[in-house]
Amino acid sequence: MAKQYETVIGLEVHVELATKTKIFCSCSTEFGGAPNTHTCPVCTGMPGSLPVLNKKVVEYAMAIGLATNCDITRVCKFDRKNYFYPDNPQNYQISQLYLPIARNGYVEIEVGDIKKKVRIHEMHMEEDAGKLIHDEWDDTSLVDYNRSGVPLVEIVSEPDMRSADEVIAYLEKLRMIIQYLGASDCKLQEGSMRADVNLSVREAGTEKFGTRTEMKNLNSFKAIARAIEGERERQIELLEEGKAVVQETRRWDDNKEASYAMRSKEDAQDYRYFPEPDLVPIVISDEWIEQIRSKQPELQTEKLKRYKEEFDIPQYDAKIITGSKHMADIFEAASAICGKPKKVSNWLMVETLRLLKEHNMEAEEIAFSPENLAKLVELTESRVINSSVAKEVFEKIFAENIDPEIYVEEHGLKTVNDEGALEETLKKVIEDNPKAVADYRGGKEKALGALVGQTMKAMKGKADPGLVTQRLRELLALPE
Amino acid sequence: MANKISDETIEYVGILAKLELSGEEKEKAKTDMEKMLDYIDTLNELDTEGVTPMSHVFPVNNVFREDVASQKDGRWDTLANAPKSKDNSFKVPKTIG
Repeated sequence: MAKQYETVIGLEVHVELATKTKIFCSCSTEFGGAPNTHTCPVCTGMPGSLPVLNKKVVEYAMAIGLATNCDITRVCKFDRKNYFYPDNPQNYQISQLYLPIARNGYVEIEVGDIKKKVRIHEMHMEEDAGKLIHDEWDDTSLVDYNRSGVPLVEIVSEPDMRSADEVIAYLEKLRMIIQYLGASDCKLQEGSMRADVNLSVREAGTEKFGTRTEMKNLNSFKAIARAIEGERERQIELLEEGKAVVQETRRWDDNKEASYAMRSKEDAQDYRYFPEPDLVPIVISDEWIEQIRSKQPELQTEKLKRYKEEFDIPQYDAKIITGSKHMADIFEAASAICGKPKKVSNWLMVETLRLLKEHNMEAEEIAFSPENLAKLVELTESRVINSSVAKEVFEKIFAENIDPEIYVEEHGLKTVNDEGALEETLKKVIEDNPKAVADYRGGKEKALGALVGQTMKAMKGKADPGLVTQRLRELLALPE
Repeated sequence: MANKISDETIEYVGILAKLELSGEEKEKAKTDMEKMLDYIDTLNELDTEGVTPMSHVFPVNNVFREDVASQKDGRWDTLANAPKSKDNSFKVPKTIG
């Protein structure tokens, strides 16, 4: 029988914090400015400049640490990690090695019906590097330091994951917690959340870990899942051939669905860390921790509990909605306005999820306002528009956040309540479709649908299909 | 001098520092480093058992900045002394990310 292998995975997750300014200077962290506009002597490593720590960075890091069940390190400090690369103007990155801000935490994940804890080894604060853009024209690299000094936390897990599904569940959980805290938008595509995968394989049943590799350049959940599969296969193949796995950093190429070694042995990672002399230690008091704890927003677990008591919606729907802080905010606000949480939930669970999937979007990218969704619910409930018109209007709300009241008015989409017009149309439809009428009277329930369709078509979709069906039944029940 | 720096060590330190040293420079650097290590040995004679490692001399903690952004456009100052620049960026030899 072929050998069975177990995959052992640990993650290093970098998250860009949502501060307005960089970690050690007042430059803006805004994304997308012209190159080097958000720079100063500190974040470009000019001699003689001095870093001063942004208090908000410490507070966000504490909030994430508390929400992931970590111990907050009461006296923590920064260290220098030395390496030479053009994206790093100081020739060192200010990071934390010896006394990181948070340690020994965990998050709970659920894969299928199985719950498990993924332990967090430590979390530290550090600065991001600049960006290199390759210039095709004259085969040089251009350096933009706008990102240099943007605050990051790096969350290092224990090697507790065993499959791509568990890795994705862990990342989704971390992302949800951090988004709930408002500490980062955690967009993988834009790089505000980045994951490096440490992976090794071992024969099932053995205790000892195999040699691991680290994989970088993973910027979507799909890429992460594919990279894990690919690396697992590669390592098993080596072992089966009696070869050894080399401890190295590999870069995943998602287009080629393959990874290749990034750094060779001669270029060893020896960062010669030492305490950062320009920054004084951070001492965190009980009062400060309590202050941060008291400001923690309601997280998903608490929200779920409250939803169960407050709203009459299925548990499954509540779970999906609270899975995104943004979606939960929309749900709560819209429900408060229209007082119909069940209807609001339906729009989110059916049409919103469908459109998100269709446009390959994340729930965090939903751009419509709760006001407009609430108005749509009211228009539908008061039968001003019918359900098929409502769907059409919702697509407009989803795409452009239009005001449905104005839109319905301007496009003449209101259901026609003119009884005279409806009665006349019904009469005509019955006259023009003798076969369907006979079929229905003969017991073919299906035939009624065709008649409803004809009526709706004649009314240009603006009749209330419920009313049409009811009137048709009444009319056809009459003797011929 | 008690400490000896081997050829391999000086080669390795050179790689880490991205420096290409001539034979003469290597010898000089070796002597300098040996002297530094000897000095550390002198410090090591002190008994530091039970003493917390110190990274700062002043008893100052928690020096923070509030999170308020400056509106200054830094690109001109930042690039003022760049040996080469293009499109508001530093221009450097091709580097593979």
